[in-house]
Amino acid sequence: MINVFSTVKISVRALRVNKMRSALTILGIIIGVGAVITMLAVGNGARKKIEEQISSIGSNLLIIFPGSSGSGGVRFGSGTQPTLTIKDAEAIQKECSSVQEASPVINGTAQIVYSNQNWSTSIIGTTPNMFIVRDWSIINGKVFTNDDVKSSTKVCLLGQTVVDNIFGNLDPVGHIIRIKKVPFKIIGVLESKGQSAQGHDQDDVIYIPITTAQKKLFGTQFPGTVRTIMVKAKTFEDLAKAESQINELLKQRHRIGNKQENDFTVRNLTQIMQTAEQATNIMTLLLGAVASVSLLVGGIGIMNIMLVSVTERTREIGIRMAIGAKTWDIRLQFIIEALTLSLIGGLIGIAFGIAGAKIVSILAEWNTIISNMSLVLAFGFSGIIGLFFGFYPAYKASLLNPIDALRFE
Amino acid sequence: MPLIEIKEVNKIYKLGDIEVNALHNISLSIEKGEFAGIMGPSGSGKSTFLNIIGCLDRPTSGQYLIDGFNVSQLNRDQLSNIRNIKIGFIFQGFNLLPRTSAIENVELPMLYKGVSAKERKKIAIEALSAVGLEERKNHYPNQLSGGQQQRVAIARALVNKAPIILADEPTGNLDTKTSSEIMELFLKLNRESNISIIIVTHEPDIAAYCKRIIRFKDGNIISDERNEQN
Ligand SMILES: Nc1ncnc2c1ncn2[C@@H]1O[C@H](COP(=O)(O)OP(=O)(O)O)[C@@H](O)[C@H]1O
Ligand SMILES: [Mg+2]
Repeated sequence: MINVFSTVKISVRALRVNKMRSALTILGIIIGVGAVITMLAVGNGARKKIEEQISSIGSNLLIIFPGSSGSGGVRFGSGTQPTLTIKDAEAIQKECSSVQEASPVINGTAQIVYSNQNWSTSIIGTTPNMFIVRDWSIINGKVFTNDDVKSSTKVCLLGQTVVDNIFGNLDPVGHIIRIKKVPFKIIGVLESKGQSAQGHDQDDVIYIPITTAQKKLFGTQFPGTVRTIMVKAKTFEDLAKAESQINELLKQRHRIGNKQENDFTVRNLTQIMQTAEQATNIMTLLLGAVASVSLLVGGIGIMNIMLVSVTERTREIGIRMAIGAKTWDIRLQFIIEALTLSLIGGLIGIAFGIAGAKIVSILAEWNTIISNMSLVLAFGFSGIIGLFFGFYPAYKASLLNPIDALRFE
Repeated sequence: MPLIEIKEVNKIYKLGDIEVNALHNISLSIEKGEFAGIMGPSGSGKSTFLNIIGCLDRPTSGQYLIDGFNVSQLNRDQLSNIRNIKIGFIFQGFNLLPRTSAIENVELPMLYKGVSAKERKKIAIEALSAVGLEERKNHYPNQLSGGQQQRVAIARALVNKAPIILADEPTGNLDTKTSSEIMELFLKLNRESNISIIIVTHEPDIAAYCKRIIRFKDGNIISDERNEQN
């Protein structure tokens, strides 16, 4: 009969006899487990960031720019004709069956003033459905309406950063601010979104009705045109269909023949983000795999020490066999020894991994996330390593002939 | 029914092309409660014989029965089990586990038998006091004299109530006085617990304790007689 508890005791004692050797062997596993945990934390941090960005721009998102996308990518700069209009946006919303919402955008930067405070921020003129497109909610007050757009009302919604800088703790709703000297009534405050993928503050913004922006703030030589149109497809699966419907519709509206270059470009933002997410997943996997190699090396270290130990203790094995130890008593003893080494290494490695992740996040200013899953994974993996690399030495020990083992010098 | 019955056992060692016939058609019976000595010159096959009786080694051919039970066909683990419960082995070099206290050494056969920790401890202390070493139970082998180590080994051989004790030159590393103490201990165990004892020795002083003396030469039994003095 196999007595696991006593076997554990025997194993732990054997390890204590060679403290230095055990410690060095454990070190291999510590480094391996620590590296795996740190690397997964770095990868998870990157993925989390991208996920946040995806949810902050909104889901199932397409963006339409003026200008063509040739083989060299999107070309729209100062020279590009602004070809998109509010009417285009309305047409897309009405006629493309896969589109849920289409919202035109005009944007610019402006100085704003409230009593003796002033602040320079980004002004976005748009339609109320923008907040549906971007899954963005109002934490205070309300969104402007389509009537506000129709009659170019001078109302605005503030982003959280603007509120913090101009009003501090004051409730801004109902107050009047001046944008480029034009007075606007504040009717709501937007929920905080944090940084965008490009790293700019999405809350440093003021939203106003698009017609107000055209008429009162950013009147251009191309009246009625907009900078971009943001489109939300009905579902993730509808994204591709929505893209082709928009292409077809705008071609028709802009009278572009089959041979001609488009004067607009449709970009699938969600797809771009998801590609980035996949890339981070692959990066995480690679980092983890590289770190696992060091864990594997640690495992080989365990096997090495266990083989030495079996040889050194041949006589002991002979004695144990002579007084009744069976095959699995001997095997279990050495397997448990290897497992003890690897699991102690695993536990300390977890501590080192967590510390490593903290250090990386401080030194590299990189968000790291230690998931419970990665801890379980690394610890479990170190256990498997112990079992795997402990088995052969244990197997070898158990096959010794008792008489030969007893005679071993 | 004899406790140990050996029928035409041969043991041949092969060293390359050379064959060493260490045991040659040995047949022998040992009854319960016997105290037998095996004598003979060095290399005559005494240890080989004892190892086969002790199920540490297998004969090349022949039959071996313990309590009428044929052990020739048993596998490794079954042999381990026989060694565990039927046989107590005493070696010339004591063969205690190093860095392991006396009591833990004594507990070991019970560990492999599956005796509970509490029971193990109780029986181990009993066995240690039977060999007069109760107060040394926490000493390590390197803190004990040769005679004391051999007593611990004897205590270890007793704990599973094995009916057979096999001792291969148990006093070979001990001085005369300690040797006779160990032999007295064997005598006492034989007399009081009716344990069968087989001792390999080449010393006439030691053989004098035995009730039966079997002499080996070149792998053959050349004589097997009662010791008139006992
Ligand atoms: N493992 C072995 N391999 C080869 N020959 C052996 C082995 N063990 C014992 N022998 C040989 O078998 C013979 C008997 O040995 P052994 O039983 O040890 O004798 P004893 O104990 O009487 O001195 C000797 O000739 C010895 O050399
Ligand atoms: Mg010998």
